[in-house]
Amino acid sequence: MAAILEATDLSFSVRGSTLVRGASLALEEGATTIVVGPNGAGKSTLLKLLTGELAPSQGAVRMDGATLPQIPAWELACRRAVMVQNQRLAFPFSVYEVARLGLEGVGRAQSRARKGEIIAQALETAGVVGLAGRQYQTLSGGEQQRVQFARALCQLEAGRSVAQRQILFLDEPIASLDLCHQLSLLDAARSIAAQGAAVLVVLHDLNLAVTYADRLVVMHEGAIVAQGEPATILDDNLLRGVFRVSLSFSRLPPAGQPFLLPQQHLTPLQPGGVVPLRAANA
Amino acid sequence: MTLAVKQTPSASAAALAVLAEGRRRKGVLAVAALVGLCLLLMLLSLGAGAFAIAPGRVAGILMAKLGFGPADLLDSREALVVLNIRMPRLLLGALVGAGLAISGALMQGLFRNPLADPGLVGVSAGAGLAAAATIVLGDRFFLASFAMKLPFAVLPFGAFFGGLVSTLALYLIATRQGRTSVATMLLAGVALGALAGSLTGLLAFISDDRQLRDLTFWALGSLGGASWTKLSAVAPIVLPLLFAVPLLARGLNALMLGEAEAYHLGIPVQRIKALAILLVALAVGASVASAGVIGFVGIVVPHLIRLSIGPDHRLLLPLSAIGGAALLVGADIVARLVVVPAELPIGIVTAFIGAPFFLWLLLRRGRIAEL
Repeated sequence: MAAILEATDLSFSVRGSTLVRGASLALEEGATTIVVGPNGAGKSTLLKLLTGELAPSQGAVRMDGATLPQIPAWELACRRAVMVQNQRLAFPFSVYEVARLGLEGVGRAQSRARKGEIIAQALETAGVVGLAGRQYQTLSGGEQQRVQFARALCQLEAGRSVAQRQILFLDEPIASLDLCHQLSLLDAARSIAAQGAAVLVVLHDLNLAVTYADRLVVMHEGAIVAQGEPATILDDNLLRGVFRVSLSFSRLPPAGQPFLLPQQHLTPLQPGGVVPLRAANA
Repeated sequence: MTLAVKQTPSASAAALAVLAEGRRRKGVLAVAALVGLCLLLMLLSLGAGAFAIAPGRVAGILMAKLGFGPADLLDSREALVVLNIRMPRLLLGALVGAGLAISGALMQGLFRNPLADPGLVGVSAGAGLAAAATIVLGDRFFLASFAMKLPFAVLPFGAFFGGLVSTLALYLIATRQGRTSVATMLLAGVALGALAGSLTGLLAFISDDRQLRDLTFWALGSLGGASWTKLSAVAPIVLPLLFAVPLLARGLNALMLGEAEAYHLGIPVQRIKALAILLVALAVGASVASAGVIGFVGIVVPHLIRLSIGPDHRLLLPLSAIGGAALLVGADIVARLVVVPAELPIGIVTAFIGAPFFLWLLLRRGRIAEL
């Protein structure tokens, strides 16, 4: 497995507060990387650094050897698609049109028929074909999220004719979804990874994270405090320290997959509170 | 090369194709209807006024001019009125209307806000201030004989310059490290607009009666001064705008998702914003310079178009241009007919249509919490 994206020692500060500190990670071909962490841990900021939306104060992000600012916006768009949190639209676009927005940048070269195919397939995968004629603004939050997923899929598919090694970034893509659609979206993301792309997902549900991640990244107070195969890095100590909950932690029979049942929250840490985590996971 | 787990059943693809085809047909229909309306209003406009000419006769004169009818028609008094007085006025109205409506659509796209308008962010006010300065201060600083001609020669350029300067100021205030903040720009625009308004008021305060009358008429907007010369000054500015607009449609569509998302989609966001702002400054400057301050065209037209065919800028921008032309040509007919043989400043007519419409928009917007 080769890394499509490599981030080394990323830090990001704004107005004196450091949101990400010294983060290094690699997104590998065919792998699903899931980032977890409590609110304000820097997950979304890390994602913005990796997608090029923010420039790091320190460190660098490299895609196939080239550092991010050197890659032109259009080429970058062919190589990676991003689904961000909380998508609102000021104007009454239809679901079909929102999905098609994924092609406004990278789809220029595609024929009209090919665009139609790409959109149809993306809507199908995201499970929103039936909503195609509806106004986006009239949808529920979960439905809107699935439409945005379809939009990202459109971009990825259109970009594939230009760039083979692609990355899909999803920032809390299942936050408003029902259980069935949570699984179907994550399945779709994983099958995109299976075709050779790298996938990075920010999630809150630890059990889903453990189930779907090839590689789990745990963030706390801007730093990556643990990363690796979920089954090996998760332990009681880490979870208590980072998430401030006590859990019953067990392993499910067939493959020994970790299973977490939250029991009681501990006192939430104030920002800047000291946690002896680095030592525990170094 | 498949996208994901499920294959697309051809049935849903076919249903989507039908949907897309339906939208396309609706767009074509809307274009045809608006173009038809615009042409009809233009024909009426050439005949309407204190000196009424029947539409049939107008058509005859136009045909004769194009070489398809008896040439002696062209020597008539009607032909003179139609070709030398009403035609430039009609074309000026159409260009100004198209320019203002497109500017409105561009700004609404840029600000992701259906209520944005060049009048709102101080561009019109800046152009107005420069024009007022030309009218009032021109007399004091130039020789009297030159000053007599001044309003006609210098005023358009003054207004144009004012629009450009205020847009540029806005852009510089709102841009930090290569990124333009739309919220800052909107707020700064309101402040700059108020400043320009107060300075214009000050100029009105120190002006004499004749200047005050000039100022008032100019602030209300009028197509009365139209001539082929004036038209030839405005057309080279507004026409390129109409052709540049398709370049912006995709970018503006992507911007509807937000600036970061547009960047993710591969859109050169900063370039799109700069180009849109420049085009708005040019169009508003040119139209304020040639026809005074005409409000509400930029809000009413794009909104009506959005209601009928949706917010896709690839259709919205060209249709706004046609609709804006139709609205201003229509408003000019009204302005010329209601107080015959005098005429109303056209700004009064557009504000009379536009202001209630704007209120209706606000009330309706209150019910759609999402907006």
